[in-house]
Amino acid sequence: MTALLDQYAAIVGNDVIDHLRQLAAPLRGMKIVHVNSTREGGGVAEILNRLVPLQNELGMDASWEVISGDRRFYQCTKKMHNALQGNRDDISDNLLRHYEKINFLNSVDLKSKLEQADFVFIHDPQPALLLRNCPGRKGKWVWRCHIDVSHPYRPVWKYLRQHVELYDASIWSLSTFAQPLSHPLYLIPPSIDPLGEKNVDLSEDEVNGFLDRFGISKKTPIITQVSRFDRFKDPIGVIQAYRLVRKSVPVQLVLAGGGATDDPEGARVLKEVRSFAGRDPDIHLLELPPDAHRTINALQRGSDIIIQKSLREGFGLTVTEGLWKGKPVIAGDTGGIRLQVINHHTGFLVNSPEGAALRIRYLLKNRDILKTMGEKSRQFVLENFLITRHVREYLTLIVALIYGSAERIELNLPSPGATVS
Amino acid sequence: MSHGEEFKVMDCALISISTGEQAQNLRELRDRLKTTHPGCIYYHFWANLLGPRFDDPEFQNDFAVWSWRYLHDKKLAEQLSLIDPAAYMDIEELRREIIEVIEQRLSESEIVPWARTGDQFYFKRSQIVIFDTGIRVREPKEFVDVIPRLSLGTIFYHFIDARRRTENGKNDFSTWLGAYAGEYDGLIRVLDDIDPYFTTLSDLRREIADVFDGSFLTNGG
Repeated sequence: MTALLDQYAAIVGNDVIDHLRQLAAPLRGMKIVHVNSTREGGGVAEILNRLVPLQNELGMDASWEVISGDRRFYQCTKKMHNALQGNRDDISDNLLRHYEKINFLNSVDLKSKLEQADFVFIHDPQPALLLRNCPGRKGKWVWRCHIDVSHPYRPVWKYLRQHVELYDASIWSLSTFAQPLSHPLYLIPPSIDPLGEKNVDLSEDEVNGFLDRFGISKKTPIITQVSRFDRFKDPIGVIQAYRLVRKSVPVQLVLAGGGATDDPEGARVLKEVRSFAGRDPDIHLLELPPDAHRTINALQRGSDIIIQKSLREGFGLTVTEGLWKGKPVIAGDTGGIRLQVINHHTGFLVNSPEGAALRIRYLLKNRDILKTMGEKSRQFVLENFLITRHVREYLTLIVALIYGSAERIELNLPSPGATVS
Repeated sequence: MSHGEEFKVMDCALISISTGEQAQNLRELRDRLKTTHPGCIYYHFWANLLGPRFDDPEFQNDFAVWSWRYLHDKKLAEQLSLIDPAAYMDIEELRREIIEVIEQRLSESEIVPWARTGDQFYFKRSQIVIFDTGIRVREPKEFVDVIPRLSLGTIFYHFIDARRRTENGKNDFSTWLGAYAGEYDGLIRVLDDIDPYFTTLSDLRREIADVFDGSFLTNGG
């Protein structure tokens, strides 16, 4: 077994890695190209950073290309991203023509590679028009949408739809996000990487070091919400819940997030939250840079309970991260959180600050239940939301696309490395 | 004694597909159920066994869960949950039964139960990829060691998927043991009596393992 797969096997078990090898056997040597718009930063780059090396270790010839654009291109794709998430903001024809031009210019460099590939995965809208510039393509093309498109601004979606409709298939994170198209709409939920900075195991000393740095005491229970300062994450509601708990139990609240510096709305929310928190020494408002992965990891590990009191949420990877650290999560009853927080098993779904307060008190009072739920939470993520599951579903999808729309596909190749009883 | 043919242990992986159909109220659910892909019926009854799940889920199939959680219709949820898909050889028969239960509920309701926006029922189906694990079983008693090591995908394929795949609607273990000319009829009966529904795949694996243990360890083979 190769290095990276070895590392994952130590976490998920050899049987899971064997399973991947068996699925990957018929895909050996296939040329797979992923294309997105950034090498670093953001969830898509994080996933590709692991997915591509893993596909290579499993015998495929996988590579990752990044398109480049100018300020106007990213202005357009940012507007498109927001519109797909429901922001009612039209994009001028001028800007759309520029978006098309940049896609064309990128296709000049990438064309030969993309047209020769067996599978091309285009991530998000930025490179979506590469397909129409590659008329000689021989492989299957899949559009991977990482965005919550459950309530898109229709004019923008209508524009994009005519282009993504041409793909052989698309991938969506949740069924609620999927928009009807004439090709198969595959569903692959996101995942976290247990070897990444944000989720790798940390020593107790390191965790305590981070807590000390922020003046957070280990002697009083800690509840933490990690998310950018955004109204939909309901930071005010979290403080209200904390105050209700505080009336009967000593507790500290950590609200850690970023993105306020370059986002005027985020800065406004942060200001409101600061004002609402007042001078309470047990509320720790931490404004963190986007690459503070290890800090977030330590804060989550040092907490007793993780909160994600969102009023609206896409998938909610901060929930997955909290569960992976063996913490019950008390979270808003919305979006992809519902796939992860199972009442009385991995945490509690709540609909108000009062609901959150009630569950926090319950768990702080019943430490044995808190511990059991934490153990179940980690196991739940281990089985369902790690990158190895994500890889398995990509492999299944590739096999499925090779064999067409059949409901049942039987691979008759001998499997490598399996033990014969 | 061997009957010559080895038991080929297979495994499977499943990928979910959204059909793009959705229902916001009970009447829409009934209407979509009449026309949706048969694979959707199968998916919402069986495929959730391969998805994120905990022991003792309150309701077994996705229709029942939706009725309870988003239509807030507990009676309907109970009625839908009681439908045992293992009792239906044909998916169309199962489809008719679900529609019948929903029709009955609609006829006795003063209003059509509805879900909030965002809480619609989303129809899904799946593609299943089956592959050879390379594991072979030559003698029935070898299952005593093999079963506990099988993946949940393997249990799904040989015990649940087999019912839909084979003409006799039986699990693969029973079919294979049946070639021993009556020698294992007792074991086959016990295996056939296992209820594959109302459980989780890991519990099902334990139950099958117990049956083989009971047959070969207690009786000495």
